[in-house]
Amino acid sequence: MKRKKAVYGMNRPIRVLVAKPGLDGHDRGALIIAQALRDEGMEVIYTGLRQSPAQIVATAIQEDVDVIGLSCLSGAHNELFPEVTRLLKEQGADDIIVIGGGVIPKEDIPFLKQHGIAEVFTSGTTTRETAEFIRQAVKTREART
Amino acid sequence: MAKFPERKQSFVTSSGIEVDRLYVGSAENSSDWERIGFPGEYPYTRGIRPTMYRGRFWTMRQYAGFGSAEETNRRFRYLLEQGQTGLSVAFDLPTQIGYDSDHPMAKGEVGKVGVAIDSLEDMERLLEGIPLDQVSTSMTINAPASVLLAMYIAVGEKQGVPSHQLRGTIQNDILKEYIARGTYIFPPQPSMRMITDVFAYCAEHVPKWNTISISGYHIREAGSTAVQEVAFTLANGIAYVEAAVKAGLDVDQFAPRLSFFFNAHNHFFEEIAKFRAARRLWARIMRERFGARDPRSWQLRFHTQTGGSTLTAQQPDNNIVRVTLQALAAVLGGTQSLHTNARDEALALPTEESARIALRTQQIIAYESGVADTVDPLGGSYFVEALTDRIEEEAVRYIQQIDDLGGAVAAVEQGYMQREIHRVALETQRRIESGEEVVVGMNRFQLKDEPQPPLHRVDPALERKQVERVQSLRARRDGQRVHETLAALKRAAEGTDNLMPHILACVKAYATVGEICHALRDVFGEYQPV
Repeated sequence: MKRKKAVYGMNRPIRVLVAKPGLDGHDRGALIIAQALRDEGMEVIYTGLRQSPAQIVATAIQEDVDVIGLSCLSGAHNELFPEVTRLLKEQGADDIIVIGGGVIPKEDIPFLKQHGIAEVFTSGTTTRETAEFIRQAVKTREART
Repeated sequence: MAKFPERKQSFVTSSGIEVDRLYVGSAENSSDWERIGFPGEYPYTRGIRPTMYRGRFWTMRQYAGFGSAEETNRRFRYLLEQGQTGLSVAFDLPTQIGYDSDHPMAKGEVGKVGVAIDSLEDMERLLEGIPLDQVSTSMTINAPASVLLAMYIAVGEKQGVPSHQLRGTIQNDILKEYIARGTYIFPPQPSMRMITDVFAYCAEHVPKWNTISISGYHIREAGSTAVQEVAFTLANGIAYVEAAVKAGLDVDQFAPRLSFFFNAHNHFFEEIAKFRAARRLWARIMRERFGARDPRSWQLRFHTQTGGSTLTAQQPDNNIVRVTLQALAAVLGGTQSLHTNARDEALALPTEESARIALRTQQIIAYESGVADTVDPLGGSYFVEALTDRIEEEAVRYIQQIDDLGGAVAAVEQGYMQREIHRVALETQRRIESGEEVVVGMNRFQLKDEPQPPLHRVDPALERKQVERVQSLRARRDGQRVHETLAALKRAAEGTDNLMPHILACVKAYATVGEICHALRDVFGEYQPV
């Protein structure tokens, strides 16, 4: 199933879905990043806790977001993050940029990138760096389409 | 002053309390002994026992659990061999949220942050060879706390240990789940009933069991200040006591089994003062507000864990130093039990080696430092007493605000604590990003090339094995008995019977955690966050 792709332009702020996949209930980081990206002028939707990859993808498509930010501290990222990118692809929505964060060992990052996660931000990353990455990634994608 | 200017314009604690250049005695900061009292005496500012660690050290209780029941059993035995004095079980998220390992939402989470327990069979494996009459066990379990307690009682019976001999703690603190940690199942009202049912059941059948561990730990990890940690935790405590009294229990019948769980973060003196303030405030609340007569009802007994969120993924060895200081603050604050975090916990679950170093940290404080040789060594310090007073005053103000909102349950339903914590978490993040708050190795004194330590990994094949296990159990057990006990539980949930005996019957019939919680979900519904 192909979806209608959004028209990105100067007048539209970047839209981000901040999502908590799986059962992990620690959302301090997700709430902080959501607020910080709003302060950077983006439109941010937060899913709340306990979302399945399918629910996240459905929300992302329905809300027509540019970016999904996944947060996970439970160690389930290697299962849950690639499932999100797989479903996006399946639904023709792989133009949505997916980034991740949480307690994620460095050694897992290459695996996640192979599975379409554009970047992984772990503890110590500033919210400004994340916002800057998002702006650049959206711009690069615009140039391609 | 012009010759020796100070490093900062002002010095403040993590709660924003201004720290003076010098503290001297004054009537205000209470060097009067009546207010502070003596250890083992009301209001217990200086500790709940007259001799404290001169009699016995705190319980060294490292939180552990991952993968299958057998693997966790091996880690328990290792820690006991290394001199740990109590067990502390970490359950995986599906268990904590009442899903069996083969539930679709459990995918990827089985055995990750704790051990996977689906049924009594898993619990038998978990505790195999561990004599339950000799070890005390703490179980970090909240929404399905009564189910896991029932399993523990059932394993005790099989070992020939009657329930009145069992010692341990279930966390069983649902309010902080809505506030800070997110592993809730049911809405607040039925959750409160499940908790008071445990109070009532244990008072009669499991009298040595700590029926709740009212937890500030997670509130602090979610971003609160030290003052908020005390205030919100004690406000939750008040809500549990009120609920139990309303359910018809006598306060002195259950209050001596209430226990607490606090965090230890970096501001050394504020942390020490926090424990002292919490103890004094709770003693007053229990005596004056609830009219408790038994001194054991006034005593705030607590477990401490060092602050997970203070650890850095960068230069993990530095975490050993942070943990040492935090553990020392807990000991100087008079904790009854302590978990020291491992250096690699900002990256993954601890390896056997890092878990051992964490335990050794406590042992060095206990056996080598001499700080356990006298009671409340910082009592009477002008600074510590002033901070203790200040934290107590500010916590009282918060508790009054929560009372005005209708108590902790109402405040949680209105999202009050959640918003307060989130506000502070954002402020902290901004201070760290601006460099105003220094985190060594992360925003200052960084290394260019970070060597990565070897990490603990959970075998990905575990999930499949655990799924097979629970499915094979369902095929083998007496289905009729499972069906009947679950139906009886549902009827009890619809009425007002104490749920514990019904849950115990389900557990003994090898009904799974998921089935039992599902039966209760059918009656109680699920919590929808605000």
